[in-house]
Amino acid sequence: MSIIEEAPLKHVGRSLRRKEDPRLITGSATYVDDLSLHGMLHAAIVRSPEAHARIVSIDTEAARAHPGVRAVYTGEDLADLLAPLPMAWAPPGVDMTAPERWPLARGKVSHVGDGVAMVVAEDKYAAADAVQLVQVEYEALPVVVDVEEALTDATLVHESLGTNKTHEWSMGGGDVERALADADVVIERRIVNHRTAGAAIETRGVIAEYRAGQLTVWSSTQVPHLVRLFFAVQMGISEDKVRVIAPEVGGGFGSKLQVCAEETLCAWASKHLGHPVKWIETRSENMAVSHHGRDQVDHVRMGATKDGRITAFHAKIIQDCGAYFGLLTPMIPELGAFVMTGCYAIENVRTDIVGVLTNKFFTDAIRGAGRPEMTHMLEVTIDQLAAELEMDPIELRRKNFISADQFPYETPYGITYDSGNYAGTLDRALEMLDMDAFRAEQAELASQGILRGVGFSTYTEICGLAPSRAVGPKGFGLGIGLYESALVRVHPTGSVTVFTGASPHGQGHETGFAQIVADRLGCDPQVVEVIHGDTATGPMGLGTYGSRSLSIGGVAAAHAAEKLAEKCKAIVAFNLEAAVEDIDVGSGKFSLAGDPDKGMTLAEIAGCAYIDATAMPEGMELGLEQTLIYDPSNFVFPFGAHVCVVDVDAVTGKVDVVRWIAVDDCGPAINPMLIDGQIHGGVAHGIGQALYEQVVYDERGQLVTGTFMDYALPTAEEIPGIETDRTETPSPSNSLGVKGIGEAGTIAATPAIVNAVIDALRHEGVTYLDMPLTPMRVWQALQEARGRGDGPRSTEQGVALSPEAQGSAGSGPTTPEGGAA
Amino acid sequence: MGTTFPVQMTVNGESYASEVPPRLLLVHYLRDDLGLTGTHVGCDTSNCGACTCLLDGESVKSCTVLAVQADGADVTTIEGMAAPDGTLHPLQEGFWAQHGLQCGYCTPGMIMAAADLLARHGDGPITEADVRAGLDGNLCRCTGYQNIVKAVQAAAEAGRGVAA
Repeated sequence: MSIIEEAPLKHVGRSLRRKEDPRLITGSATYVDDLSLHGMLHAAIVRSPEAHARIVSIDTEAARAHPGVRAVYTGEDLADLLAPLPMAWAPPGVDMTAPERWPLARGKVSHVGDGVAMVVAEDKYAAADAVQLVQVEYEALPVVVDVEEALTDATLVHESLGTNKTHEWSMGGGDVERALADADVVIERRIVNHRTAGAAIETRGVIAEYRAGQLTVWSSTQVPHLVRLFFAVQMGISEDKVRVIAPEVGGGFGSKLQVCAEETLCAWASKHLGHPVKWIETRSENMAVSHHGRDQVDHVRMGATKDGRITAFHAKIIQDCGAYFGLLTPMIPELGAFVMTGCYAIENVRTDIVGVLTNKFFTDAIRGAGRPEMTHMLEVTIDQLAAELEMDPIELRRKNFISADQFPYETPYGITYDSGNYAGTLDRALEMLDMDAFRAEQAELASQGILRGVGFSTYTEICGLAPSRAVGPKGFGLGIGLYESALVRVHPTGSVTVFTGASPHGQGHETGFAQIVADRLGCDPQVVEVIHGDTATGPMGLGTYGSRSLSIGGVAAAHAAEKLAEKCKAIVAFNLEAAVEDIDVGSGKFSLAGDPDKGMTLAEIAGCAYIDATAMPEGMELGLEQTLIYDPSNFVFPFGAHVCVVDVDAVTGKVDVVRWIAVDDCGPAINPMLIDGQIHGGVAHGIGQALYEQVVYDERGQLVTGTFMDYALPTAEEIPGIETDRTETPSPSNSLGVKGIGEAGTIAATPAIVNAVIDALRHEGVTYLDMPLTPMRVWQALQEARGRGDGPRSTEQGVALSPEAQGSAGSGPTTPEGGAA
Repeated sequence: MGTTFPVQMTVNGESYASEVPPRLLLVHYLRDDLGLTGTHVGCDTSNCGACTCLLDGESVKSCTVLAVQADGADVTTIEGMAAPDGTLHPLQEGFWAQHGLQCGYCTPGMIMAAADLLARHGDGPITEADVRAGLDGNLCRCTGYQNIVKAVQAAAEAGRGVAA
């Protein structure tokens, strides 16, 4: 009765084709917008065109009268909600001035796109029409967009708070001021890490159905269990009556690590109207009101000895939070701060962070969440220091690396790096580059007028978000500890279902987790189904973000399978009248050591556990399933070395990435193909930020980059082929030795590009550049460095050039002056 | 609902006749009226290409075509790419084998755009540069495009890249 063919071990380490893909390549997958329920109504949101205004009146009469419209709601109608939208970080000992955020504005709007009213209609065309019929009278209030101006409190985002400053947070070790005073060389830079968008190709979407006291919500989310938890709090429905399902989710990148206003609105409306309610975000809405990322101004100082030993590093970071807090807004730079010293042994360090409100949409976690910003700051500053010291930036890095024999390594921030071999990844990357050949090529091209440069980024990052004690309420201050669950169930015929609390949206968990479990149960991954994203089917889970799924969720699945394997061995030993210690998990079966033909398949074992109790050892519980919560002892710290080669067109300022080398170490590979895919996408995300993408607001708080026509997401023509390789340094933090890899490429990428462009332009006199490196900015820097006055007309907010020349980085108050530092 | 117009079209080999409002987008007709939800919507401005399908053999962004404009046309969507017996189209096979997708949301549009690209290219190998240029109307946020390019090249190598 077995439906399982014998399969060779082991599956871990193989580039298995993804189990997810057949449905995705045939159009059979089910994303939120692909679902339709009987009687379903469609919601659309009336959004503020003003960045800051008092709502004088809202006239919904014409909208209500529009054919097909069933209801129009405003903020006042939602008075029965029990709580505002959540922010989940309350670090002990830090005063936080937190603005309240409600699903629809109450009395005033604070950014363009703020929800003012909700229309519910019988079809989406009618809902969109009726949105245009809602008449809102606004009384404009002063607007503050620039984060440093906002810090002065001259214009307040929320008058009731009395300040725009939300919090201050400091961390470090040693004596940074003394070390800076004693340093032979100190460099200071102001580094702007500009605002970007997550830009998952599937926008957010929700369907909520409140029926017979049960609320079911389908949401394009990375965190279904957190959404359920919040529904219980906000709507006063006990969790057992709430089911949240993340169906197929079309990318997240952090933008769906959120508890969203629209989830509440659909659930609330469904409860009041007695029909399911669907809302699908338009791309224009997505650009305006799916949270943005980055957006901080860094004032850094780095001190070193003449021979290149870094003795001090200080950063004052001004974080642009936007008008409200999302789920994790104020926490983002702090997460990055834990790796502010990167791969280097720097004893005297301090990070001072101040959070600031502005009349823009809120920022929150986007791929890397704090770590790309910190890595950019560090790795660009390292190159700046190398130039100051007239030292090879590679040698400067090597000189300050934490060496492979120093792990586990406790940093001045009180965390312990688990493992690393930074020289190892750098050596391999240099081998792939061939530096001598590169410099010869660079000189040859220079003679033809082509400016070629190379840039490096050696990074380590903190991920695998857990352990619960470290990150939870009494530790780092998250509102909930972070761990992950797994339920592994062997069915009576021997096929397996794994329920994970991780909630993937493209990463390939169904394949990778199946490989892990299959090896432990002696079966084929094809008969291991991984179920995720449904609060009704699996145990409590924390979701997918922070490169945590494999090193927490994957390990949970491994441990659960290992416990089941122990039970399987006992059953087999009983039936073969052998000792448990003599049973091995073999190829397709559990078999007797030394006599592999003698054994039982998983299907035969399951037959004992479910069907024939007499084949079970006395007293052993029937059935074959295991639930497990895994909470690790430490974070994991992947690392690597990335090399970027660019050509800069001196006539236009256009930057082309001509080569990318990525050598990463995330411990032993479960599926190398998936790792490469994560690196490709992660690097592309970083290239996007470094060269093309920027969310721009004008001085009145109007969103300039409201569509994909204005926000320059890179296409296949802009992204180069990426040469990847890996080293494997196991983590002692978990039994698989694995580390996360989902964000590493993005974390590594931006400084490699900036360093490469500066390398290309240094002999021209350009010594520093902020992102995005648009043709305009690069060209302008070249002109300034060459000391000519014939550049295009400058304005305070940048330069008015053609859109082709600007990319998405048009004028914006947070755009600093490019050019020579 | 206002005025409606009759439309008739062949979609994936099946004939359909409907009454539709004049402003109904082809993508909404395919998804909402015919239930062919494999064609996705990713933007409002015809930039992302997630809605790409074939109209009389040529790729179109179906968010920028009215259903009434497709009257009398022969439409192919991602659901029509595999053979009736389930055998995958070489492009589908290529995307699977080369890990040319992650979240899968852009994938149907990518495959349909690639089908048009390879049909215009003709049988035989296609360069990386030609694939990159040919797919520049389709956005992907997950893959960095590298394995998408490999997938399309693999389909071209298979020599049967022409659209179904």
